[in-house]
Amino acid sequence: MWFILIAVLWIGYLVLDGFDLGVGMLMTGWAKNESQRRVLLNSIGPVWDGNEVWLVTAAGATFAAFPHWYASMFAGLYIPLTLALVALILRAVSIEYRGKAQSQMTRNLWTWAMAGGSFVAAFAIGAMLALTTTGLPLDEFGDRVGGPFAWLNGWAILGGLAVVGISLAQGWAFLSLKTLGAPREAGNRQLRRYLPIYLLPAALWAVLVVLRYPKVMSWAMLAVAVLGLVLAWACSARRMEGLTFTGMVIFIVFGVGAIFVSLYPNVLPSTLDEAYNLTVTSSSSSEYTLSIMAVVTAIFLPLVLAYSAWSYWMFRQRLGEHHIPESAVVTPV
Amino acid sequence: MDPLEVARWQFGITTVYHFLMVPLTIGLGIVLATMQTAWHRTGKEQYLRMTKFWGKIFMINFIMGVATGLVQEFQFGMAWSEYSRFVGDVFGAPLAMEALIAFFLESVFIGVWVFGWGRVRPRVHLTVLWLAVIGSVVSAYFILAANSFMQHPVGVEFVDGRAQMVDFWAVMTNPTLLVHFPHTIFGALAVAGSMLLGIAWYHLWKRRKEGIDTVDDNGYVVVGSNGSKGRDEIDYKGWRSSFRWGGWVAIVAFLGTAFTGHAQAQMMIEQQPLKMAAAEAACHDGTGFSVLSVAGRDGEGATTCDDVVGVFEIPGLLSFLAHNDFSTPVEGVNSLIPEYEEQFGTHLPDDPRYGERAGSEIEYLPIMEVTYWGFRAMITFGGIAALAAGIGLWIGRKGTVPHDKTLMNMAWLSILAPFAANSAGWVFTEMGRQPFTVAPNLDLAGVDQVWQFTAAAVSPGVSGEEIIFSLVALTLIYALLLVVEIVLLVRYIRGGHPAGMPELLADEDDDDDHDKPSSDVLSFAY
Ligand code: HDD
Ligand code: HEM
Ligand code: HEM
Repeated sequence: MWFILIAVLWIGYLVLDGFDLGVGMLMTGWAKNESQRRVLLNSIGPVWDGNEVWLVTAAGATFAAFPHWYASMFAGLYIPLTLALVALILRAVSIEYRGKAQSQMTRNLWTWAMAGGSFVAAFAIGAMLALTTTGLPLDEFGDRVGGPFAWLNGWAILGGLAVVGISLAQGWAFLSLKTLGAPREAGNRQLRRYLPIYLLPAALWAVLVVLRYPKVMSWAMLAVAVLGLVLAWACSARRMEGLTFTGMVIFIVFGVGAIFVSLYPNVLPSTLDEAYNLTVTSSSSSEYTLSIMAVVTAIFLPLVLAYSAWSYWMFRQRLGEHHIPESAVVTPV
Repeated sequence: MDPLEVARWQFGITTVYHFLMVPLTIGLGIVLATMQTAWHRTGKEQYLRMTKFWGKIFMINFIMGVATGLVQEFQFGMAWSEYSRFVGDVFGAPLAMEALIAFFLESVFIGVWVFGWGRVRPRVHLTVLWLAVIGSVVSAYFILAANSFMQHPVGVEFVDGRAQMVDFWAVMTNPTLLVHFPHTIFGALAVAGSMLLGIAWYHLWKRRKEGIDTVDDNGYVVVGSNGSKGRDEIDYKGWRSSFRWGGWVAIVAFLGTAFTGHAQAQMMIEQQPLKMAAAEAACHDGTGFSVLSVAGRDGEGATTCDDVVGVFEIPGLLSFLAHNDFSTPVEGVNSLIPEYEEQFGTHLPDDPRYGERAGSEIEYLPIMEVTYWGFRAMITFGGIAALAAGIGLWIGRKGTVPHDKTLMNMAWLSILAPFAANSAGWVFTEMGRQPFTVAPNLDLAGVDQVWQFTAAAVSPGVSGEEIIFSLVALTLIYALLLVVEIVLLVRYIRGGHPAGMPELLADEDDDDDHDKPSSDVLSFAY
């Protein structure tokens, strides 16, 4: 039950923060001029912080429900997590401070901090997620052996690419849904042409994990994910932006969901010895703590969803370049 | 390289840094929401200008709080995995609830507030600000619940070598928490108060200096205007309100910290007697509050108790702080250490997972210079801030501040004092808890085995080099961002009210055509 919740939180994070990481990358990857950059930035402006709290909540809930998972995963993945944190710091700060820059040079610096931070954060988080599904060299205490880079392998790179790809696709889908003019056109065009390529690493990761721990349920979920992908792709060609976004969400929910289902009951496999695997039972908190957390979650998660949805509704208006006011220059009085 | 030392430095640096932003977010948030309420109620334009100006300052700082808070959330797992395993059952819950209940509230509604000017109805706009502010206060409660558990574990049992929660309500109503929380909130308000006062002082001074405001024969202000909207009478009224609000908030906040601090000290004597003794550099049992003691250091650099020389003591005050009377002696270090040694051993267990530390002797006495001076620095800096506020209110009672530049600079500087007090308070609390991460709770049966040495809390699998890498990376980026934040804050502060309301600077003539932006253009955008 708690395993499901953690999976939901991570998936929620990928769905929501995915698009604002993607939009961040497109600040240099696509936008060509200042007003386009500002359209991009402001399309995620009111909501990105709330999205990032999904990450904080995923970490906090893992700590509360599976302290051993929390401890082994974050200590084992020390270096990529540090990189992710530094990247997330730069990104958060650049969103707020970019608009306050007075010269073109500092503005460019913030743009790069935003794009670079978004990219590194997506990659590092992807690498970490992939590694929790494929395992780390853990000893019988759950401590990583083999030195600081023992985690580095093909899975890390595949997972990194997967989340970067998901984020970019989500970013495009979000822009085509939320903006007017050039970004909207570019989003539709990109998705129509390249959507499967963006999602290829994610699909590969999912299929490989499911092959490793095959389960009927996870194959079924993969099939739904593929349907989502087809839906998104088909709709992007017909400019049905809402459905494209929905298709993407279905892909992420069921694709990543399939990975978690396959993994169950392991939460963090050990690559040294299966006996050292962290499982839902060996790493979880007491019944008492879990039940308290369940009550709190049952009350507050729906609330959070409701007011988050309200905030998206408040800012449902599409943004175009003509909406963006001139940037104000602050001078001493 | 011993990971322990690096990990402690890292935790200390990142947390103290996070707590530079936190009190300003909490304190200024409360004040800001009050300002907007005042505007909503009275419709007076000065309150609108104040809300917009302080709102900008708030946001510049808020974002740094968010960015640095992220690091905090992960750190327990990264460098303190043994700690996380030991207490995760209890400690994770408040952290998770903080995120779910408080952080979502805070960040979703702050987003709506910032972008909502002119886009959501005024009443809704005010409500979302209050919800965000409530979020930040609630977040403080949850995180302090986690911290109080480390100071004084309750609601748990020792099962299979780990702390297991048995009573969540007890954790959330930990007596330690009930005094830490108001103390911290008052500390946050002190920061906001001094900030308001110091900055308003600067602007009132600037208006004097430029000859906009003058004083009459009795010293009362004669408010002027230089014709621009940014420098009219409403501008003056805004600064005067900020000035008065700031002064009173700072004074009330200081009194609040003093009362709650007194309660904390009394509780500390019960719960962590060694911390109190170390805070007093009190080697022998006694009643006096030391105002100045000089500690010697022995050859190895560790503080010893034998050569502490009391220079000036107020007889009875320590007993008063501790027991509300002037004669009950407070136990000193020399009688406490043997008690601890008897109960918790003299050496760390010879477990290879402790690395080089295995089997080494335990130093029960926290670094006495730090606790002693940390305690005094907190009170002194807090006192300086309150004094500055009192003097400021007095000097400014006739409506403006003097022309004097030195005074203005002092007002500026006094902004720093509550920050220093807050940092000192935390350093004292946290380092005074050493050598434990979870200090033992000696009163309750069942809980009395739930304690952990810091030396046993650090991640066994993580190398010193890794932690150095993150320490260097985080410290560098934090240092850089601090400079950026201060530059931005100073720029916006000097911009005054128009920094929050650029329309104040718009040309007066074409008021009619351009003042109201066409409904299509956002009233705020990054
Ligand atoms: C007394 C208050 C207090 C204390 C002791 C701490 N914090 Fe904090 N924290 C806040 C009060 C706060 C806040 C006022 O709620 C902040 C500051 C700025 C902000 O955005 O929220 C915040 C932000 C903040 C965030 C970002 C939230 C977001 O994205 O909106 C995280 C993840 C944490 N904190 C986590 C921690 C952890 C793990 C701490 C323990 C070491 C910690 N904080 C100490
Ligand atoms: C409320 C949440 C907090 C928790 C759960 C917490 C927990 C911890 C932990 C686990 C350590 C490392 C172990 C140790 O060295 O003692 C530590 C150390 C430290 N913390 Fe906190 N802390 C909290 C808040 C703060 C805040 C807000 C500050 C200051 C602003 C602070 C200042 C310090 C310092 C200075 C150290 C280093 C102590 C040393 O190395 O001896 N803590 N704390
Ligand atoms: C005048 C009197 C004050 C007294 C007697 C006092 C007393 C105390 C005591 C005894 C503690 C340690 C609690 C513990 O470790 O169990 C503490 C902590 C602290 N103090 Fe103060 N304090 C005073 C003023 C201030 C001021 C003015 C500020 C800030 C503006 C401040 C900020 C803090 C903070 C942030 C902590 C750490 C958090 C906590 O333990 O609640 N204090 N104080």
